[in-house]
Amino acid sequence: MTETDTAEPVRPETIKAVPVRHPGRWVSGAIVLVLAAMLVHMLFTNPNLDWGTFGKYFSQKEILKGLVATLELTVIAMAIGIVGGVVLALMRLSANPMLSSAAWLYIWFFRGTPVLVQLIFWFNIKALIGDISLGIPFGPTFITWDVNSLVTTFVAAILGLGLNEAAYMSEIVRAGILSVDEGQTEASQALGMRRLKIMRRVVLPQAMRVIIPPTGNETISMLKTTSLASTVAFTELLKAGEDIFNANYKTIPLLIVVSVWYIIITSILSVGQYYLERYYGRGSSRALPPTPLQRLLRGNLTTFHRRPPTPAVPRNPEVGGL
Amino acid sequence: MSEPMVKAEGVHKYFGRLHVLRGIDLEVEPGEVMCVIGPSGSGKSTFLRCINHLEKIDSGRLQVDGHLVGYRQRGDKLHEMRESEVAAQRREIGMVFQRFNLFPHMTALDNVMEAPIQVKGESKAAVRERATALLEQVGLSDKMSGYPSQLSGGQQQRVAIARALAMEPKLMLFDEPTSALDPELVGDVLDAMRRLAADGMTMVVVTHEIGFAREVGDTLVFMDGGVVVETGNPRDVLANPRHERTRSFLSKVL
Ligand SMILES: Nc1ncnc2c1ncn2[C@@H]1O[C@H](COP(=O)(O)OP(=O)(O)OP(=O)(O)O)[C@@H](O)[C@H]1O
Ligand SMILES: [Mg+2]
Repeated sequence: MTETDTAEPVRPETIKAVPVRHPGRWVSGAIVLVLAAMLVHMLFTNPNLDWGTFGKYFSQKEILKGLVATLELTVIAMAIGIVGGVVLALMRLSANPMLSSAAWLYIWFFRGTPVLVQLIFWFNIKALIGDISLGIPFGPTFITWDVNSLVTTFVAAILGLGLNEAAYMSEIVRAGILSVDEGQTEASQALGMRRLKIMRRVVLPQAMRVIIPPTGNETISMLKTTSLASTVAFTELLKAGEDIFNANYKTIPLLIVVSVWYIIITSILSVGQYYLERYYGRGSSRALPPTPLQRLLRGNLTTFHRRPPTPAVPRNPEVGGL
Repeated sequence: MSEPMVKAEGVHKYFGRLHVLRGIDLEVEPGEVMCVIGPSGSGKSTFLRCINHLEKIDSGRLQVDGHLVGYRQRGDKLHEMRESEVAAQRREIGMVFQRFNLFPHMTALDNVMEAPIQVKGESKAAVRERATALLEQVGLSDKMSGYPSQLSGGQQQRVAIARALAMEPKLMLFDEPTSALDPELVGDVLDAMRRLAADGMTMVVVTHEIGFAREVGDTLVFMDGGVVVETGNPRDVLANPRHERTRSFLSKVL
């Protein structure tokens, strides 16, 4: 060992050089600034935008009711979509040919027809099946319900959106399951675990890392797709706005009210997705960066957009190439 | 005489048209450490995987502790076991894989605790105590809360050994447990296995570690082309191989 190895390392002189000029950046920056100024100017001076009306209706009771209905529809339809998607994915991956072809057929049908058509279909279901009866198949019936009292516009919207979503979610879940190494299933089998338990305890938690990001996408997409339910007379956010501007003709301000609410909810959902991804990414080989909140508490918001200098999770120095 | 722990009689296995195991006859006594060597593709892993029914055998009889693996005999008819019965058989057989196959979303301790809690339904407190002791035994008391990705290969493989032992198996299968490790990490894993052998565990070890086979093994089996070519005391087989194929294989690996 030479002496320089053990001595306090002397930092070599940093290079001082004239940086490369970027005239293009200045020009494009100027253009963007001018366009932004024009947009802001228009937003504040165009009388058609009518910010007074916006303020008046933004938190009006009918709008808020519509917002709640939109959220309910999103949550329930996604819940049906996710549960149905997991079931369909498991059916498609099952060794039973009846189950896998049934799932294939379902996905084929629901992905093959527009969701708007499906919504209208459920809304008019009475025309297809009349009444629902409980009884022995092809035998006597015990109870009968009127379909219109069962399938309200809310139920029609949930069925239309949820069943369609299940078809898409099943492909996402299936891709997630297939992304998990087969060695995981073998190790679990060797420990005496059974299929369903292996799925629930070992495979699905790992598949989540692949499943969550597209599911976040689907949720955000669903939030906006619920606006289609306005066409089957279900009063969600868009319909609430429409009902108002059909009466007072202030179309643009009310569309802006509705749009701002969609953007707010979408932003909240994105934050939720970030934290879900962190949760299911635990134990992954890449160290988790601190959350914005953790950074805030540590008082170094300056590194907000940079990678943290040291990994949050200490890594073992002897980690070898595996 | 006690019954053998593993008894294979004329075991054959095909993958499609590929005849991988061509009549394996072997017996492993309780407490015996059997090491299996042989060239790549000779069917060592396949045979090991047949022992805990990860692969189905196509003909012959394979018994563990006096029970047919994966089948029940009624009269002169064999009945396939249900999944729950196969799982129950596997609980008694621990397996350690070349690529560790730890659960990456669980800490080392949770990896070890998972099966006893989920499969045997034991109480968390009791399992935690046993799992902690097992991880200490393999020298990992300071890594219990680490995730697999934060452990070295050697540490991961020792967690995998502890995970298998947590089910309190009566037979342990090792499939090249040190082949994926950097040379300086092999020793710790072999030490853990050596201690297990000294405690009287019945072990079948597929390995390329000739030194380990010589020192720890009670029996050495040389497989080639899906058959057992030669079997005997490790020192004898290594010093005076009786068959030409054994001799030429050993000359390459020694
Ligand atoms: N699931 C499978 N499907 C088809 N062929 C397989 C399968 N598993 C193994 N084989 C084939 O069976 C033969 C024996 O494989 P096996 O893994 O048992 O060999 P091995 O002795 O363990 O070799 P190695 O020392 O390389 O691990 C090989 O030719 C392999 O390609
Ligand atoms: Mg092998």
